Amino acid sequence: MSNDSNLHGKPEIVTGHEVHHDEHHVHHHKETFITKYVFSQDHKTIGKQFLITGIAWAIIGGLFSVLFRLQLGFPDQTFPILETFFGRYAKGGQIQPEFYYALITMHGTVLVFFVLTAGLSGTFANLLIPLQCGARDMASPFLNMLSYWFFFMASVVMVSSLFVSTGPASGGWTSYPPLSALGDANQGSKIGTDLWLIAMALFVVSSLLGGLNYISTILNMRTKGMSMTRLPLTIWALFFTAILGVLSFPVLLSGFILLLFDRNLGTSFYLSDIFVSQTGQALPNEGGSAILYQHLFWFLGHPEVYIIILPSMGIVSEVLAVNSRKPIFGYMAMVGSLFAITILAFLVWAHHMFVTGLNPFLGSIFVLLTLLIAVPSAIKVFNWLTTLWRGNIRFTPATLFSIGFVSLFISGGLTGVFLGNSTIDIHLHDTKFIVAHFHIVMGVASFFGMFAGVYHWFPKMFGRYLNSTLGFIHFWVTMAGAYLIFWPMHYEGLAGVPRRYLDLSGWHNFNKFGELNKMITVVSIIVFAVQLMFIFNFFYSIFKGRKVRHQNPWGANTLEWTTPIRPGHGNWTGEIPEVHRWAYDYGKDGREFIPQTEPIGKGEGHH
Amino acid sequence: MLSRIKLGEFKNTPPIDGDGSQRQRIHPHKFTLWVAIGSIIMMFAGLTSAYIVKSNQAGWQNVAMPKIFWYSTGTILLSSLVMQMALRSFKQREMNQYRLQIAGTFLLGVTFVVLQWLGFQQLWNSGVQFKGSSGGGQFLYVIAGLHAVHVLGGVIALMVMLIKAFLGRTKLYSSVPVELMATYWHFVDLLWIYLLVFFLWI
Ligand code: HEM
Ligand SMILES: [Cu+2]
Repeated sequence: MSNDSNLHGKPEIVTGHEVHHDEHHVHHHKETFITKYVFSQDHKTIGKQFLITGIAWAIIGGLFSVLFRLQLGFPDQTFPILETFFGRYAKGGQIQPEFYYALITMHGTVLVFFVLTAGLSGTFANLLIPLQCGARDMASPFLNMLSYWFFFMASVVMVSSLFVSTGPASGGWTSYPPLSALGDANQGSKIGTDLWLIAMALFVVSSLLGGLNYISTILNMRTKGMSMTRLPLTIWALFFTAILGVLSFPVLLSGFILLLFDRNLGTSFYLSDIFVSQTGQALPNEGGSAILYQHLFWFLGHPEVYIIILPSMGIVSEVLAVNSRKPIFGYMAMVGSLFAITILAFLVWAHHMFVTGLNPFLGSIFVLLTLLIAVPSAIKVFNWLTTLWRGNIRFTPATLFSIGFVSLFISGGLTGVFLGNSTIDIHLHDTKFIVAHFHIVMGVASFFGMFAGVYHWFPKMFGRYLNSTLGFIHFWVTMAGAYLIFWPMHYEGLAGVPRRYLDLSGWHNFNKFGELNKMITVVSIIVFAVQLMFIFNFFYSIFKGRKVRHQNPWGANTLEWTTPIRPGHGNWTGEIPEVHRWAYDYGKDGREFIPQTEPIGKGEGHH
Repeated sequence: MLSRIKLGEFKNTPPIDGDGSQRQRIHPHKFTLWVAIGSIIMMFAGLTSAYIVKSNQAGWQNVAMPKIFWYSTGTILLSSLVMQMALRSFKQREMNQYRLQIAGTFLLGVTFVVLQWLGFQQLWNSGVQFKGSSGGGQFLYVIAGLHAVHVLGGVIALMVMLIKAFLGRTKLYSSVPVELMATYWHFVDLLWIYLLVFFLWI
């Protein structure tokens, strides 16, 4: 191997003198502001960049949902202030239809991809993979930096699409053709959708660059003694997330490329026999299939939902074990179920397409495979609960968010079992029931995992703590709010209320949900406000939070807590520590925790 | 292994095993390339599956592959061979030969892209165009076009290597970059063979 020719001898021994020399050396090599904070190749800085960009996107995406909830909760009221801010999009203080569709589309796109994919994986994969595997940095710090900047470019393009005169994409986060392919059919399908597609293509590149690096780092850069089965579950989860991304995003990209051709060059991949009533024209396109797009989209789309949830599962496993002062229950079962979920995630995409005229026989195969996912999911839930069981639980905000995650994952997983049965899905498809299902199981749950991670690793990221009191308020309001917002939507969906409609007043039947919808909107506003409070806590604590004085504030076993409180680029000042045990020796032999770096004692049993 | 660290200029190398010997692991960059190749394969698998699904539906029109693609196939096969020779020369430190062979690969790569372009033109002039009804032609443009883009990426990388080789400032005699280049180049070659067989048979 090329650059480690110095490795053939014995490991060098550090003398005090040498260390001193190097510290001296450091002063000469001061990094500039640009290389340190902007075009940084330090994985920790890149992680923070992803996190802060993700936060910015979360504010935007969350605000969009508040706006369209105003319409859904108060369809016949006017809010003059909206007109002040959004002009003709909110004429007379009422959200106009195009604006409404743009809002729900961008809300979905932004939260699914820019927040819960880039903001979540980007943050924690970058922060934790080198730190918990025991590496100086990623396998390729340069590609890693590119990954962030591609995400940044994607963000710039997506933001710019908000300001074009015909508005941003508004065909839903799934952008199904023919609607998304025909500028004549819909304002948002004009330049807005091209920008959407370009932004998404850049986003895919960013995800791929990141994912390649994560996989390569986990497999090749672990420190001495860190066998795969000694890895903390965070790393296993991020590993499978990256595999899902690397194998499914390219398929989405090919779907998008075909859509770009159909939109701009007149091809007929997705289009056939179309008459556009807006222009009174019949299109020449023939032989295309809109269903083809759905296959290509959901081949990514389903793995994507697991790309969103797996990192949270990993974070929750780690946080729960650390804070119940107990080993994670069923480590190998946890790894095995992550693996099973990853495999199954590629085999169930057509459950999003039960009503497309799919061959019923094929449908039943997809029903079977879909319901199989319940097995590894249930194993994971069981193991989290048994990890908590009789634990010596420390109720930090991170712990609470992790427990909240488990609760939400159970609730939302159960409704998944309804939907996985194609016969029931025919009734529930495209109703508010779907909205309830995926917000609980994916949206909010994954956010909870992310919050748990932020509260838990904030001390490692910034050398200070987040304020816990604000953290508790943040948790309880968000937890109660999430259930108040999404639980009632199940009933609406069962009654047949469609998703994505801006006005239900045409159905007398649905009038009975008027008050319920008002309640949901009011709670959404409160929950949104509490998220702003969290963001205040976040930025305030970066500068003014309580300082971390102990290297290992949570008494955790993993390697990131063996680095200095504020680690430099390269993480460890001396040698990278060697690992002697798995990450979960909590409450063993009368000791509260035994770090991974501690050699196995005489007579000490293996885990 | 790495025992000292200078802030911002440490060696980011894979670790060594318990007995102090280096683990026989694949170089991280090579590994990354293999994963990337897997990713590219998924993209073309997606497109060719779409082709198969569509070709069984009504309104499908098959097209004959432009003859010129046979020449491009020959070109890219030859370029793979020359690339392999370049790798061998590099390993044997025959830098003059290496330079020539890299230049040869580069030229053959450019030729391949040009030939593909000519093939597209032939097809276009024979009436297979973007507008109108769907069919094998539209897929062929997209799939072969995306393949050509991947070749072009390799051509650019080859150009960089070529410039470096002629500037002769290679102090580090590591063969890893050349090996990476060769792996990628053989991959786009094989990918083309797959696509060719696919277009001929499906
Ligand atoms: C037992 C497990 C689960 C089953 C059986 C299941 C089943 C389904 C089915 C059949 C649909 C399609 C409904 C329709 O559109 O008619 C669906 C939608 C959805 N599921 Fe699940 N699900 C499960 C768990 C999950 C998890 C863990 C996530 C995310 C982490 C998730 C995220 C989603 C999303 C985002 C959608 C809606 C996509 C859209 O149409 O916009 N589901 N689920
Ligand atoms: Cu799904």
